[in-house]
Amino acid sequence: MSIASVFDVALVALILTIGASAILVRTAFAAVVMFVVYGLLLSMAWVRLHAVDVALTEAAIGGGMTGLLLLGAVARSRSVNVDSVRVGYPLRLAAGALCALVAAGLAVAIFYPPAPVPTLAPMVMENLPPSGLGNPVAGVLFVFRALDTLLEKVVLLLALLGVWSLAPDHAWGGTPGLQVYARPDPTLIFLAQLLPPVGIVFGIYMCWVGAKDPGGAFQGGTVLAAMWLLVIVAGLQKAPAIGRLWLRVLLVTGPVLFLAIGLAGWVFADAFLAYPAGYAKPLIVAVEAALTLSIAVALGMLAAGPPVRAQQQ
Amino acid sequence: MSLVMDILTICAVSAGALFFLAGTVGLLRFPDTLTRLHALTKVDNLGLGLIVLGLLPQTSSVLFAVKLVFVWLLVQLSGAVVTQLIAGAVRHHGADG
Repeated sequence: MSIASVFDVALVALILTIGASAILVRTAFAAVVMFVVYGLLLSMAWVRLHAVDVALTEAAIGGGMTGLLLLGAVARSRSVNVDSVRVGYPLRLAAGALCALVAAGLAVAIFYPPAPVPTLAPMVMENLPPSGLGNPVAGVLFVFRALDTLLEKVVLLLALLGVWSLAPDHAWGGTPGLQVYARPDPTLIFLAQLLPPVGIVFGIYMCWVGAKDPGGAFQGGTVLAAMWLLVIVAGLQKAPAIGRLWLRVLLVTGPVLFLAIGLAGWVFADAFLAYPAGYAKPLIVAVEAALTLSIAVALGMLAAGPPVRAQQQ
Repeated sequence: MSLVMDILTICAVSAGALFFLAGTVGLLRFPDTLTRLHALTKVDNLGLGLIVLGLLPQTSSVLFAVKLVFVWLLVQLSGAVVTQLIAGAVRHHGADG
């Protein structure tokens, strides 16, 4: 066995162990910590499978942003003491049975694949050059399956609306209550002043490079959101009131631009979400840039949570 | 020349791995939060530093080498800050806080 396969086997064993402990640990907080570790290990597995785009997304969204959202949920549910709530056996059995069913379905798909294995990869590589993109993943996301990508961004906005609708009536349009530290911590303030310039450049780079190398709007947007949240958590800047016009404009800019270019496709390229010949790459980069901003703002506001205070006039 | 580089890589990466091992043992065996943090910071600083140092001779371009050093610096920064935050929380609220 080569060193690489020893590493792979060890990685898989570690992922399974961490996954099991995320289910078995007693407290919600420990389960979230395990889930974040699980996400990071899983992104290493994607790197080993040469799916760097997926690895970046898994690390940014699966490990980082989802972990942050879950930590927020744990903190919010402290008042009801979530760890002492016992779930009944019927519900546990049902959840276990459904999960086992999903696992069995995946196992069948992996162990008994149809021969030949269906793949669209050669067609993607064949049809990629006219778009001017170098990254086949970006090609699939923005050229071949653009409708899925558009709807994915709309789903993000719907999720944000769901969080916002948890606001009590008097706080509607007010400021989210993200507060991790009671008093500002000098170390955290130092980090929040030092890291954002680096992170912002890195986020923009990830979005820009997505057209030809692994990267893209979602990964770049997550990094930008993380920098914004760092500044908010350190207390250097308050989370904006959700009624602000600039906030709402930024939130919809990406999807609206995407939709507008998609509709223009009917006039200039004979199909919805089609790009006129020769203009594909600049249009896609423009959409990606706008989407990066919208995703960053949406993720940041998702993590900041529902508004709790009325807007200060 | 490449032999010298390879020997340097093997020595530095092995030493780095040793620090990772020692740090992990410390994390598992030390009695309280602050001493465990002490063990972890050695892994961050020296362990990763030695591994990056060992990988530098194997890089194909200067840009790649700079990226590796940059990764090390970022881990240094986040490690130092997180250690401070955890230690601060322990000091204010006790180990359970």
